[in-house]
Amino acid sequence: MTGDELCIPIFKRLRQDGTLYPDDTPQGQGNVSQGDKSQDASPIQRDPIERDTALKIYRTMLFTRVLDERMLAAQRQGRLSFYMQCTGEEATVIGSAAALQDDDMIMAQYREQGALAWRGFSCDEFMNQMFGNERDYGKGRQMPIHYGSRDLHYMTISSPLATQIPQATGYAYGQKLAGKGQCTITIFGEGAASEGDFHAALNMASVHRVPCIFLCRNNGYAISTPSCEQFAADGIAPRAFGYHMQSIRVDGNDVIAVYEATLAARKIAVETNQPILIEAMTYRLAAHSSSDDPSGYRSKKEEAIWRDKDPILRMRNWLEAQGWWSEEEEKATGDQLRREVLESMKRAEKLAPPALDTLISDVYDTPTPLLTQQLEDVKQHIRKYPHAYPKGAASMGFTAQELEVSRKAYQARQQRMQSHQPVDGGQTS
Amino acid sequence: MNMLQAINNALDIAMAANPRVVLFGEDVGVFGGVFRATSHLQDKYGRERCFNTPLTEQGIIGFANGLAAQGSTPVAEIQFADYIFPAFDQIVNEAAKFRYRSGDLFDVGGLTIRTPYGGGIAGGLYHSQSPEAYFAHTPGLKIVMPRNPHQAKGLLLAAIRDPNPVLFMEPKRLYRASVGEVPEADYELPLGVADVIREGRDITLLGWGAQMEVIEKAAALAEQDGIDCEIIDLRSILPWDIETVCNSVLKTGRLVVSHEAPLTGGFASEIAATVQERCFLYLEAPIRRVTGLDTPFPLVLEKEHLPDELKIYEAIKQSLNY
Ligand SMILES: Cc1ncc(C[n+]2csc(CCOP(=O)(O)OP(=O)(O)O)c2C)c(N)n1
Repeated sequence: MTGDELCIPIFKRLRQDGTLYPDDTPQGQGNVSQGDKSQDASPIQRDPIERDTALKIYRTMLFTRVLDERMLAAQRQGRLSFYMQCTGEEATVIGSAAALQDDDMIMAQYREQGALAWRGFSCDEFMNQMFGNERDYGKGRQMPIHYGSRDLHYMTISSPLATQIPQATGYAYGQKLAGKGQCTITIFGEGAASEGDFHAALNMASVHRVPCIFLCRNNGYAISTPSCEQFAADGIAPRAFGYHMQSIRVDGNDVIAVYEATLAARKIAVETNQPILIEAMTYRLAAHSSSDDPSGYRSKKEEAIWRDKDPILRMRNWLEAQGWWSEEEEKATGDQLRREVLESMKRAEKLAPPALDTLISDVYDTPTPLLTQQLEDVKQHIRKYPHAYPKGAASMGFTAQELEVSRKAYQARQQRMQSHQPVDGGQTS
Repeated sequence: MNMLQAINNALDIAMAANPRVVLFGEDVGVFGGVFRATSHLQDKYGRERCFNTPLTEQGIIGFANGLAAQGSTPVAEIQFADYIFPAFDQIVNEAAKFRYRSGDLFDVGGLTIRTPYGGGIAGGLYHSQSPEAYFAHTPGLKIVMPRNPHQAKGLLLAAIRDPNPVLFMEPKRLYRASVGEVPEADYELPLGVADVIREGRDITLLGWGAQMEVIEKAAALAEQDGIDCEIIDLRSILPWDIETVCNSVLKTGRLVVSHEAPLTGGFASEIAATVQERCFLYLEAPIRRVTGLDTPFPLVLEKEHLPDELKIYEAIKQSLNY
C-alpha cells in the first residue's frame, strides 16, 4: 500500500457567494478523522460564527489587508527594508486564532500577523517592530515582521523554518503539567513541514500526549517551489496518521470551516491531551516577500483563479447575507483603516532607534565583563567618528550639530588625502 | 562518590527543590540513562518529570526550548556529545538567541543540556568528540565542563539554576574513574569562574574537564625538573574567566593550553589570541597549544592522537627553554 487509497476530503462550510453548504452534503461531512477509527472525534459545533466574533474577525481581516498593501508600498518606496504579506490566507490565520482562548500560546512562522491583530496587537505596535524603533519590544534586533508579544501569548517569530514546531510540543507539555487547561497552536507552511523538526515535533507530541494544534497553511508554494516538488503524497494531513494523530483538512479560504475545525481541535487537545494536525488548503496570493517576484514561476491565470476565491470577499458575502455588514460600512471601515495605518507609520518612522546599550543587553540575563568592554570600545570609537554612526551617536547624546561638525572635519581630511597633502602638518594621528 | 553519583545526586536535589525541573532524553527513564546518570529518578519523581523521548536530538532540544520558554526548567540529555549536531540549529539559532531576539519578552533561561564528551575510552569517531569550540562561537550560550565529582555536582546545580541556557559537558572517561569527597548538601560552584588548582611561578598550564588530570601529571613530571607550574582549570568555556588566566600569565610569563579537541579552531586559539593581546609585554615564550590532531577521532591510534602528559611535558620544557 502506498496510501493512495486514502484521499483526505476538504472540510467546507461556506461557498464563495456567501451561502452555506447544506450540512448533509459530502463537503459538510468532512470531519476530524483518525487512522484508528475506534476513537471518535467530538462533534463539530454546527452553528455559524456568532455575530460579534464574526464582525471582529472580518475587521481584523480588513486591517491586515490594508496593513499588507500599505507596508508593501512602503517597502517599494524604500521606507522599510523588508515585508511579507499574508494576502489570501487571512481566513486561515484569523479564523483559527478566533477559535482559541486568549491565553493559549501561538507559535507562528511569519505570515500570521492576522492572529496577532486578532489578539489586539495595535497598529503602532506592528509599526514599531517594522521600523525597529525605541518602542519595538524586540529592540530593533530582528527584521520586519518578526513580531512577538508576551502579553498576548504570541511567541516571538524567528526566521529559521520549523524550529517553533518542536518548541510548541514542549510548550504544550509544560501547559499540560501546569494543568490550567491551556493549549498551544503552532502555524507553519507546507514547505516548512518538510523540515526534520516537523517530524520530530509531531512524533514527540503524540508519544507524550500534549495539548498542541499543528496548523499547516498549505498555500501551494514555498517561495518558488510548488507543492508538487515539496511532497509526493496527498499533502500534509495524512502524515498525522503515521504518528497516530487525528487530522483534518479544511478549506483555508473558508473562515467558518477553519473556525469550527480549530474549535473542535482545541476541545480535543485540552480535554484529552491529544495533539491534532489541521491542514488548511489556501493560496499565497501575494509574492513570497518583498524580495520575490512570482511571475518567474507561476501564471497570472492561476493567480486569477485564486483571486476569485478571496477569503475576505467570501466572508463579506456571508456577512451581507446575514444582514450584518453593508457597502457603507465596508467603505467607511476601509477608509478609516487606511488613515490609521498611514498615521501610525508616520509616527513610528519618526521615533528614535534603540539605545546603543541594547547592543549587548539580553544576550545573557546580565552582560558579561567582555560584552561590557566591547560596548565601551564601540562607544569610544563612536566618540571619535560620530558622523559615521548617526544612530549610535544620537543615542549617546550627540546633537545634529556635533554630527555635522564631525562629518565636515572627516570630509576635509578625506579631501586632503586625495590631493596628497600631508595631514596635520605631516603627522598622522 | 564517583562523578556519575555526584551528577545523579545533583539532579535529585534539583528536582526535589523545584517541581518544575523536568528530565528527559534517550533512555533516561526507567533505565536511568546509558551511563545511569538519571538512575531512580523516574521512580522517585514520576514519569511526567523524568522520561524517555523518541530518538531525535533536534526534537529533544526543540522540545526543551519550548518547555523552557513556557517557564519550566528542562534538563535535557544528549546521549553522546557526538550526537548533538542534529540539535545544533535548535541550540545555536534558537536557544542561544531566544532572549536577545525577543527583547527579553521570552527566554529559555531554564534550559540545561547535559552531554557526555571526550575520548580515551576506545570510542572511535562517534563516542569521543569534544565539540565545545563549535558552541563557544555562540553568544547567548554558557558552556561548563567539570573535572571531578565535587565540581560536577556544584556546577550542575548552578547550571540548572542559572537564568541562561547552559551546555553542561561531562567527561565520560571520568564518570566512574573519578572518585572524591562530595558534600551531601545542596551547594553551587560559580559559572564563568576559573579554578586555580595549584599556584606556581614558572609557567601557567590551562585546561578543562578530563584534560585536567593529564595536565596535572605533566606538571608532576615537570616538577622533577624543578619547574614550578601554575595549574588552572577553566571550568567555564563560555563565558570564560579572562581575568584569572591573564593574571596568571602576567605572573608566569608562559602559557600552555591543552584540550582533546583538534587544534584548528579549538578553544585554545581563542585563549591564546586573548592572552597575546592582553599580556604581550609579559610573554617570554610563544603560547603553546597541546591538542588533538586535526583529524577525526581515531580508534586504534587513540593514544597517539590525544594530547597526553608527555606531549604537554615537552611543551612545558620547550616554553621554558625558549
Ligand atoms: C531553515 C530555513 N531554510 C530556508 C529558509 C529560507 N526560506 C524562508 S521562507 C521559505 C519558504 C517557506 O515556505 P512555506 O513553509 O511553504 O511558507 P510560505 O512562505 O508559503 O508561507 C524559505 C525556503 C529559512 N528561513 N529557514
